[in-house]
Amino acid sequence: MSVNIKISNISKSYGAVIALNDISLDINSGELFGFIGPDGAGKTSLFRILTSLILPTSGLASIGEFNVVKDFKDIRRNTGYMPGRFSLYLDLTVEENLNFYASIFNTTVKQNYELIKDIYEQIEPFKKRRAGDLSGGMKQKLALSCALIHSPKLIILDEPTTGVDAVSRMEFWELLKKMQNMGMTILVSTPYMDEAALCDRVVLMQNGNLLAVDSPSNIVKAYKGELFAVKANNMHPLIDELLTLKNTSQVFRFGETIHITSTQGDAVDYVTIVKKHLAEKGYEDVIISKVDPVIEDCFLALMDKDVE
Amino acid sequence: MSQTEKIIEVENLVKKFGTFTANDNLTFDVYKGEIFGFLGANGAGKTTAIRILCGLSSPTSGKAIVAGYNVGRYPNKVKSNIGYMSQKFSLYNDMTVKENFRFYGGIYGLSQKEIVNKTNFFLEKLEMEKTRNVVLSEIPLGWKQKLAFSVAIIHDPKVVFLDEPTGGVDPITRRQFWEMIYENADKGTTVFVTTHYMDEAEYCERVSIMSEGKIEALDTPTNLKERYKVDTMNDVFIKIAR
Repeated sequence: MSVNIKISNISKSYGAVIALNDISLDINSGELFGFIGPDGAGKTSLFRILTSLILPTSGLASIGEFNVVKDFKDIRRNTGYMPGRFSLYLDLTVEENLNFYASIFNTTVKQNYELIKDIYEQIEPFKKRRAGDLSGGMKQKLALSCALIHSPKLIILDEPTTGVDAVSRMEFWELLKKMQNMGMTILVSTPYMDEAALCDRVVLMQNGNLLAVDSPSNIVKAYKGELFAVKANNMHPLIDELLTLKNTSQVFRFGETIHITSTQGDAVDYVTIVKKHLAEKGYEDVIISKVDPVIEDCFLALMDKDVE
Repeated sequence: MSQTEKIIEVENLVKKFGTFTANDNLTFDVYKGEIFGFLGANGAGKTTAIRILCGLSSPTSGKAIVAGYNVGRYPNKVKSNIGYMSQKFSLYNDMTVKENFRFYGGIYGLSQKEIVNKTNFFLEKLEMEKTRNVVLSEIPLGWKQKLAFSVAIIHDPKVVFLDEPTGGVDPITRRQFWEMIYENADKGTTVFVTTHYMDEAEYCERVSIMSEGKIEALDTPTNLKERYKVDTMNDVFIKIAR
């Protein structure tokens, strides 16, 4: 049981600040859809509109047949929401929080236990502990259990992996895949670009605008120019040197290498030119290899364009 | 980085809370001008160790010397000789940019004249002169992080601790932030940094990875990748922490 989502020309302003700038977006039923962007991109505002917690300044949005403004009661009955900030009751125990959320939705933990079993089992040994005394990872699992307990058709997760280590993040994404297989539509936001690859489709967001909407593989395919990774003996000053190259854009540190993009000409010639240039400047052990772009390369390129 | 002058010396450091051992016999050194990555899974004991190194908590046993002072014996000396910045708390949102500089400059005992000079120096460098009298809550996150780093080093500390300094900022600002780190390390400031972005682990000169209270690995990113026979620090991390 899942639903589709239709967002048409949604804008949201807080005084003079434009949080969302005329956003239109369709999300398919059963999709695992990612909202990728830094703080201030507008992800949380959009999620709050979709969960009927705030009103859009203008525009329309619907979840299945329900309008997010007019039919807010139906929206809340059918949507699970895990906000970015832990918002359960700190003075209730794990078990009490879960029972509380179940009863709000006129259901019981027993009735929907199958749905939360995989997640809840991991925190069940601590069910008598107050939520305020849980570790970050356990809080996250409790919040997810509470968001799922009324068997929603749509679940919206606002930055569930922020501040979470690389291993726990990987495990969390495995959970999301399982939830998707149970038939839910899932919207998830993240500032970690590498997590985009785990979604069916993603939107890249920046300052209230959509930079791109597509599958991760199509976004990568649409990258303009050829991308190279450069390494040399002296990495600190290398970036300034590469910024002076002709026919080159997108000079950015990328892990242990620096990524540069050739804007014109033959790739073999380009490599020769760059190697010669760096050798003249006294760099040694220069390695230049052509690499496939990842989402972060695309985001950087789209951001650059947005600034211009 | 000079391999001779140690800025942080940790020897057999243990911290227990009741029966729970949060830091289990840590031993490592960090050198002058080094960028040292301090990684680990949530709950591995990083925060406990950082609190000890910053003089906020004393070790159960073992020794830690930071910026020339024993953390157990002279915690206040340690505090005044280090810089600290975290994503969660750094600057005061209800004060202007200038007031934040003045406040932290005052806390670290700088003279009025020094505070004015430093404020001018950083604002010019960051090209943020226009924000001088703007209340911090109205400044974009990426700018705030750069300001917070500047404020953390206003008193020219020998070492600055950065606790997840780039969480949530956009990828361009994240890279600009690292340029600031490099620049200050080149000038001799030791940078002790935690992050969940594994590409940032590659930017560090050496990286330690903690798991269940112990340091499981400590080396340059290149050596770690060779030893664990993987291509990225992300894979190294997953092999150690999982």
